[in-house]
Amino acid sequence: MISYIVRRIMYAVPILIGVNVITFMLFFVVNTPDDMARMHLGMKRVTPEAIEKWKEERGYDKPVVWNAEANAVEKITDTIFFENSVKLFVFDFGQSDDGRDISHDISQRMWPSLAIALPGLIVGLLVYITVGLTLSFFRATYIDVSGVILCVIMMSISSMFYIIGGQVLIGKFLQLAPISGYDTGLNAVKFLVLPVLVGLIGGIGSTSRWYRTIFLEEINKDYVRTARAKGLSEVRVLYQHVFRNALIPILTGVVVLLPMLFMGSLVTESFFAIPGLGSYTIDAINAQDFAIVRSMVFLGSVLYIIGLILTDISYTFVDPRVRLD
Amino acid sequence: MPVIFITDALVFLLLTMICGFIIYARQHEHLRAPWREVAKRPLAMSAAVVLMLYIAIGILDSLHFHPKLDEPDKNGNSVYSTEIISVLDKLLVNLIESTESTYSAPFSAYAYVKESIETEDGNKIRDYPRLKYAGAHLINPEQERTPDIVFRTTLGAVIGLLFSCFIFLIFIILQARRLHVNIMTIAKRIYSNKFDVPWYAVLLTIAVLIVVFNIIFQLSGHYHVLGTDKVGQDVMYQAIKSIRTGLVIGTLTTLVMLPFAILMGLMAGYFRGWVDDVIQYIYTTLNSIPGVLLIAASILLLQVYMTKHEADFTSLAERADLRLLFLCIILGIMSWTGLCRMLRAETLKLREMDYVQAAQAFGVGNFSIMMRHLLPNVMHIVMISIVLDFSGLVLAEAVLSYINIGVDPSMNSWGNMINSARLEMAREPVVWWSLAAAFVFMFLLVLAANLFSDAVRDAFDPRLRGI
Repeated sequence: MISYIVRRIMYAVPILIGVNVITFMLFFVVNTPDDMARMHLGMKRVTPEAIEKWKEERGYDKPVVWNAEANAVEKITDTIFFENSVKLFVFDFGQSDDGRDISHDISQRMWPSLAIALPGLIVGLLVYITVGLTLSFFRATYIDVSGVILCVIMMSISSMFYIIGGQVLIGKFLQLAPISGYDTGLNAVKFLVLPVLVGLIGGIGSTSRWYRTIFLEEINKDYVRTARAKGLSEVRVLYQHVFRNALIPILTGVVVLLPMLFMGSLVTESFFAIPGLGSYTIDAINAQDFAIVRSMVFLGSVLYIIGLILTDISYTFVDPRVRLD
Repeated sequence: MPVIFITDALVFLLLTMICGFIIYARQHEHLRAPWREVAKRPLAMSAAVVLMLYIAIGILDSLHFHPKLDEPDKNGNSVYSTEIISVLDKLLVNLIESTESTYSAPFSAYAYVKESIETEDGNKIRDYPRLKYAGAHLINPEQERTPDIVFRTTLGAVIGLLFSCFIFLIFIILQARRLHVNIMTIAKRIYSNKFDVPWYAVLLTIAVLIVVFNIIFQLSGHYHVLGTDKVGQDVMYQAIKSIRTGLVIGTLTTLVMLPFAILMGLMAGYFRGWVDDVIQYIYTTLNSIPGVLLIAASILLLQVYMTKHEADFTSLAERADLRLLFLCIILGIMSWTGLCRMLRAETLKLREMDYVQAAQAFGVGNFSIMMRHLLPNVMHIVMISIVLDFSGLVLAEAVLSYINIGVDPSMNSWGNMINSARLEMAREPVVWWSLAAAFVFMFLLVLAANLFSDAVRDAFDPRLRGI
């Protein structure tokens, strides 16, 4: 088991190097630091000195990958690639283009993101599984058919309409929750209600329908027939036997998401003005702060790979047939 | 004088490919059977009719040209305007020209904001001014407007119904000719659904669309059916123009990624070994980069490139078009991995089949085996993934445009409409019509696509049959 995990982590290294090289190419080779400087200082009427100064402040004036003038190890370390890309491997994100410490910002901003995503995930899982189970209990009846059609209708609506609709209906007309904003500590709860609720309703269509398919696939298996033949009631068959076995694909599908919860949701956070990592990324995109975008790309990839490894490990816990070696 | 944008060219390439595929599929029973299965489902057929309408509008909007100016130059040669419009613009010229000065609600004869108006006796009062075009034929809008709207709606509905009856009749006569039975029998058969294809659903959908179209046609000459936006442009025009953007994103993305996904998937599965390792490495790496961020990064880079090479672009429309294409390519790079993985898994199974081994024994080249023996047998996976991806991509466009990393802000798209509607929702009274228009147009397209793709998946994926 441990050797498997170690091997998986080893396997993750070349992938992260690949991600790193791709982002480095995008940000420093396709677009030179000169372009970035001009972008920030205004395209026209910018003096070469100003560009040089901008680059020097951010360390972008160094050679790209090989510093011939430096001595010994610094030939490699005193370069843009080392300073800005290799250091990401030890989670040293450096400074953003307007001079803030990115690591500090990230550690501050991941908690609001988590505060929305985690309750959303837990409540969502409960609701979606309940709806999916109910639909498969009434399978091939009018309840099921109309439920599935409702799901298709709901998944055809863009998530942004749910957000705007929720804000207008609950925030503006009914005034049950604040439209947007965030607060520290327990005061945050009232700000979290609306985003969580909206996220929940937005996901019902696609996720419930998907879970229903998982349940129905399970229902056609032999052990279910045996359980029915024993004379168990349909409710017990569904909730004791089918439910537990269907949890395997559902839970492992959730595990891959767990690390990504930190990343937050771009759209939700920006609509509800929540100071999480999602809105951090959007702000960086709009301010064209390449350093932050680069860090978030790397962080996202690391979390995704952690999610993949966790998924594999979780298989061994929920399904004893799977052995990793 | 016709102009062909890059995306236009790709749209027509895609159309020819689809036509070619239809001809190919008609000759091959294993492809025809599942499509016949799709054609048996009433919901899928209704959805297909709606999709056809969208596609037709999209095609009309892809035929761009420089309009001819009225006056020829001194030598008698015709002069062309510098602006580029599409055939659709030509058809919707009424909607374009009836531009008001600012917001106005649907069917309203008055503007949304108060202005100083000079009355006949020279006094200035602040009131809601009459609109220039909407309701201009009414003398006293308070009393005449509702009867006028009701009258025009009824008129449109009646014309629409007559027109649909006409189409029904033509259809029935054609069927009667084809099957050599009399007209009444065909009508009865359609009514009691005796055909394989549920024609009643198709005809009903067509009738509904025609009636709605006629009502809107009657009303839009005299009112802004969906109101106007901040600069007074008709919202319905924007929503209709957005159709092309949505369709292009939904289809060209797939077209761009398809060759990579198919080639890589087949190669990984067929050759195995180090080829498989390399391809797996590539798609895991691409997959692990958060999609939105990669798109954001690439769009930022494109913006830098465009500002640097400003001189290379002759018009704003060309710039917007290039950005649209670029977005398709980036989305394609993001989304080919899923299909590639499925193809790889399927090819791993297929390569052990007897017919592949027989081909190898006969000395058929690797490439020929992949193209002639493996590709036709994984085509159903490709098809399912194309239709399933479509609705997701249309929805993604809206989200991306909202974060400003989608299509060009000057381009009509539902995402841009939602983006601007966000601020409008905070106004008092609420400016809801832009959002509503984007919602209705997008919802219909995505719903139709979802219903259709469900039917396609059920027909092509035998594993899911019966659920």
